[in-house]
Amino acid sequence: MPTSTRVEITYREAVRHCIIEEMERDPNVFIMGEDIGRYKGTFRVTEGLYDRFGSERDDFIVPGIARRVMDTPIVEPGIVGMAVGAAMAGLRPIVEMMTMSFSILALDQIINHAAKVHYMTNGQAKVPLVIRGPGGAANQLSAQHSHSLEGWFAHVPGLKVVAPSTPADAKGMLRAAIRDDNPVIFTESPGLYGIKGDVPEDPEFIVPFGKAKVAREGHDLTLVAYSRMVHVCLSVAEKLAAKGVSAEVVDVRSLLPLDTSTIYASVEKTHRAVVVYEDWKNGGYGAEIAARIAEDCFDSLDSPVGRVGGLNVPMPYSRVLELQCIPSDDDVLAAVDRLV
Amino acid sequence: MAKQATSNLLESPADLEKFYRDMHFIRHFERYCERAYRQGKAGGYLHVYIGMEALAVGWMTRIKVGYDYVITAYRDHAHALLLGSDPVACMAEIMGRQGGLSRGKGGSMHLYDIPRGFYGGWGIVGGHTPLGAGLALAAKYRKEKRVVLNFLGDGASNAGVFFEALNMAALYELPCIFIIENNEFAMGTRLEYHAADTELHKRGFPFGMKHERVDGMDLLQVRQDAKRIVDWVRENQKPYLVEVMSYRFSGHGAADNDQGLYRSKEEIEEAKNRDPIHLLEKYLREHNVMTDEKMEAIEQETEEAAARVFEAADDSPHPDPTEVYDHVYTDMSPEAGH
Repeated sequence: MPTSTRVEITYREAVRHCIIEEMERDPNVFIMGEDIGRYKGTFRVTEGLYDRFGSERDDFIVPGIARRVMDTPIVEPGIVGMAVGAAMAGLRPIVEMMTMSFSILALDQIINHAAKVHYMTNGQAKVPLVIRGPGGAANQLSAQHSHSLEGWFAHVPGLKVVAPSTPADAKGMLRAAIRDDNPVIFTESPGLYGIKGDVPEDPEFIVPFGKAKVAREGHDLTLVAYSRMVHVCLSVAEKLAAKGVSAEVVDVRSLLPLDTSTIYASVEKTHRAVVVYEDWKNGGYGAEIAARIAEDCFDSLDSPVGRVGGLNVPMPYSRVLELQCIPSDDDVLAAVDRLV
Repeated sequence: MAKQATSNLLESPADLEKFYRDMHFIRHFERYCERAYRQGKAGGYLHVYIGMEALAVGWMTRIKVGYDYVITAYRDHAHALLLGSDPVACMAEIMGRQGGLSRGKGGSMHLYDIPRGFYGGWGIVGGHTPLGAGLALAAKYRKEKRVVLNFLGDGASNAGVFFEALNMAALYELPCIFIIENNEFAMGTRLEYHAADTELHKRGFPFGMKHERVDGMDLLQVRQDAKRIVDWVRENQKPYLVEVMSYRFSGHGAADNDQGLYRSKEEIEEAKNRDPIHLLEKYLREHNVMTDEKMEAIEQETEEAAARVFEAADDSPHPDPTEVYDHVYTDMSPEAGH
């Protein structure tokens, strides 16, 4: 097996390839969700799975519905509840949320059921469940389909929450998620599906949870972000470099567990930090990260910890207004200006 | 000398004695739970099964223990006991002690005994019903012949997620028996005030699911219905919705101390004419299976057994503070401290 080979693929393909590899490896891994089979997934992540695991193998739970690529009714609580039960009985379901915004319907099943099983049973049962799908704004999806909810989930003991920003991390962290014995919220971003990157072909390639990554080294200030905002920060760092300011970018990747040591090491080096997140600024997960830096790195800081978040409004439909809501390069640059 | 038991018995004398003993033990166990609550040894919410014993005994004795899956809501003590869970571990859990099934992390509403196929013990009304369908999905996925008993209350039969579970169980043809334990009250709200159609079994109809209403007080009838339906589901690998008519003699929970708000004493006394234990006693007497002396002896033995369970559970220590972080995750601990 040529373990060191890398191939350039999209984020979408990285997710898809990982699902296929894990389903081939472990017969207990299966995927269920809305329009994931015959329709290939709303964002085409599951393209080819129905044929590969359903029709080509004549493997159906009932005629027309593949046993391992299960099309479901549009009922998020029922889907997640069923997946929790199946996971407790030993299967390893992957639930695709058509968008993470719909996970709001399933919060009772995720928070009150999935996240509580291992604790309430004192370890008798476990829930190896992955709930994955696009979270965050895309292009004029408006108020009900644009949520960044990872901060809500990262608030809940018993869940793990990750938000990878590159195709390689998407593949390596999804593998870690599928092999994890705990419920994992795996947030993709609709804006990232098309980006390309080099991804190891090794079917054992794993990016473990709880490890942040320095996406760009620098020494004047630290930009902390996850998911698509990492790319905004990298762009900002490039612009700052042109002005002679050296910004370090820390890609958090894993919100729960959170790797504070990588974040703190960077802040202790640069003495300044701005946390950037797409979620509503008020009470988002970036606020938690900022509070921790302020609490634990106070003596290293030369200025208050900055925050850039989404505007505290429901996402408007108008593209002009929508772009106003999502943190941009200029928003981050302005926050940096306030610090330096 | 006792007379010979009649020859047309529906069950063997040995089984009848066992069921009689089980029903008495459950009732005494529940009374000791109420005592634990009054004494401050049990806290939170506590829901006892008094009056409904024939329902759980009838259904739980028709499955393959340790193979079939059982899941229910928060009125869950009887289900665990009938699957063979250690009564002391059940009572200790209800008291929040180290010796409990979950070392005091679950409590009365959250009993689990996974090796015996008992998947809880859930506190959100209707919330566990898709989990039961998921257990059945796992069985069908693996091409096993398990059956799932998915118990819920009449109050839960209005929950949206219950209808989602019914639809998916029917859509995927899952071996799941939805058993509505209709005790006529959703907490303190009478059936006719919480359900637009009080024939709850009809909720299976829109999904093309077999459905019926059966009795839950006459143990021998319950046993017959349970066998017929469990066998059908195991054989046909399709879901079934059963509404089992019952009645609870105790309040909704131990904190429900003003039942006059929703029912009269006369109504409760009337319902006790069909007390499942008395109905079985009548059968045992009429068929010369057991003398009154023997029945009294069993009642006393089970009372003493429950008392010993209470004492043993009360001897179990409280959890150590260090245990608070155990089993939040399988492989890591949450960040410690306030």
